[in-house]
Amino acid sequence: MAEPANMAGLEAPSLEVKGLIKAFGGLTATDNLSLEVAPGELHAVIGPNGAGKTTLVNLLSGLLKPDAGAITFAGRDITRLSAPARVKAGLARSFQITSIFRDFTALENVMLPVQAQQGHSFRFWTPVSRDARLTAPARELLERVGLGERADVRAGDLAYGEQRQLEIAISLATGPSFLLLDEPMAGMGPEESQGLVEFLSALKGRYTMLLVEHDMDAVFALADRITVLVYGRVIATGTPDEIRNDPEVRAAYLGDDQSGEAA
Amino acid sequence: MSALTCLRNPANAFTALVLLVFATGPVVMPLIGEPFYVIVFARIMVWAIAAVSLNLIMGYGGLISFGHAVYLGLGGYAVGILAFHGVTSGWAQLAVAIGASAAVALVFGAISLRTRGVYFIMITLALAQMIYFLAVSAEQYGSDDGLNILSRSDFGLAFYDLNDQATLYYTVFAVLLASVGVSARLVGSRFGAVLRAAKSNDTRVQAVGVATYRYRLTAFVIAGVMCGIAGFLQANLESFVSPDMMSWPRAGELIFMVVLGGMSTLFGPVTGAFVFLMVSDTLAEWTIHWHIIFGPLLVLVVLFARGGIAGLLNRKSANG
Repeated sequence: MAEPANMAGLEAPSLEVKGLIKAFGGLTATDNLSLEVAPGELHAVIGPNGAGKTTLVNLLSGLLKPDAGAITFAGRDITRLSAPARVKAGLARSFQITSIFRDFTALENVMLPVQAQQGHSFRFWTPVSRDARLTAPARELLERVGLGERADVRAGDLAYGEQRQLEIAISLATGPSFLLLDEPMAGMGPEESQGLVEFLSALKGRYTMLLVEHDMDAVFALADRITVLVYGRVIATGTPDEIRNDPEVRAAYLGDDQSGEAA
Repeated sequence: MSALTCLRNPANAFTALVLLVFATGPVVMPLIGEPFYVIVFARIMVWAIAAVSLNLIMGYGGLISFGHAVYLGLGGYAVGILAFHGVTSGWAQLAVAIGASAAVALVFGAISLRTRGVYFIMITLALAQMIYFLAVSAEQYGSDDGLNILSRSDFGLAFYDLNDQATLYYTVFAVLLASVGVSARLVGSRFGAVLRAAKSNDTRVQAVGVATYRYRLTAFVIAGVMCGIAGFLQANLESFVSPDMMSWPRAGELIFMVVLGGMSTLFGPVTGAFVFLMVSDTLAEWTIHWHIIFGPLLVLVVLFARGGIAGLLNRKSANG
């Protein structure tokens, strides 16, 4: 499992969020949120349901535009950048609700981001199915996430756990330096979760990662630092030990016995 | 071997049959005393080209354009208006047909692709209606009554004369095959992969780094041009153009041919156009109230034959 620094060969970048605000009507989903992710760090974001975690991921990936605030990625202000442009800058995301191309095979699912990484797609004549520049890297990636045997299966026919693996493979195939993972363990059984924890821990250091997750065992096993969100606000940031012992966090979140809950 | 196994699939066999009928029409139909069907087949093939072009954006791109017939009209009027002014050069007419279709598709696509779902359907309809009414109001070119075309497109080649029925017929046939062939290449290419992926999950395509808008717009223009060429052929076939060929019922029929034959299948629009027009023609021979039968028939196909004829035949083969 020897791997390059990351697909793009980039230095693991930093991410800095300052004063981010996003409101939907009267509901402020992201409330003056600031946070810093150091290069190579795995930074977890936890919080009860409705804390605005997925909104944060959407803001960072560019699917939503903030009402105010700034996002700096690898020293560059990306607040106004479109979602595709952010991917090109090296910021990839996975989705909490499995977001794959169901009618494509697993291989084709991964070929699309590989293709996107190789420049524009205004190529009208050569079939992708016979393009080794697409199929070879895509197969390799499927092997890496443990789906090598399932490459030619229609994605919609894969088992749920396999679809979650595919979700991660698609994100990795964009050649990122930064991974935004929105509840990658959602709906997984304990064994599958354990497998994913091992997979992500093998990626640590090569990618900077922001991990939104409900599975506390996974979060405390993986995270270098943890940020706790409640109602769109940061109530605490610190190492796993600091968070575990923070009285405010215990009262707001960990205390009410959600620690064992998966999704 | 592979060709034979391929034909064992009923949907493919039916497609092959339809293509065989088209290929041999001018020879076989007069022999069995039905020469009238030669022109019917040529008409069907022109509609099939238009349906193939619509399938490119609707079947593979998920873009339900309710204004696609406008490009038939643009291609047709390119022939009609130029001929009216004495320009009978086929090259000039074809260039104008393609240019006008591309330009209009670029503008209409740029506007309508900013919307989704039912808004997209409505805005493509509204934009097409603008061109329709433009044609209706053009008194110089016959308004509602249309415009007779006194001579066919002249390509200035000794060996190629569209006044020859067989040449015209097999030109239409060749363009039909080419349109399916081009579609096949496009759909399988990198461009097609983006188009198909964006149909099923646009957000995800954006999230892997592809801005889908430009690709959809390009597909919209390609489909418009392909349909414009069908309009060019239709004008030559009928020696007549009228606003009716780009009216919204025609656009609806095009959608129906695609759905009937099988969306996002390469030959679905061809078999769809064939069945649609043969059945409607036959019913129309029986009774002037043929719409009363045809309408419910179409509803039944939509309700019970998901995937159209291709889907129906394939399901039968899967069960049997």
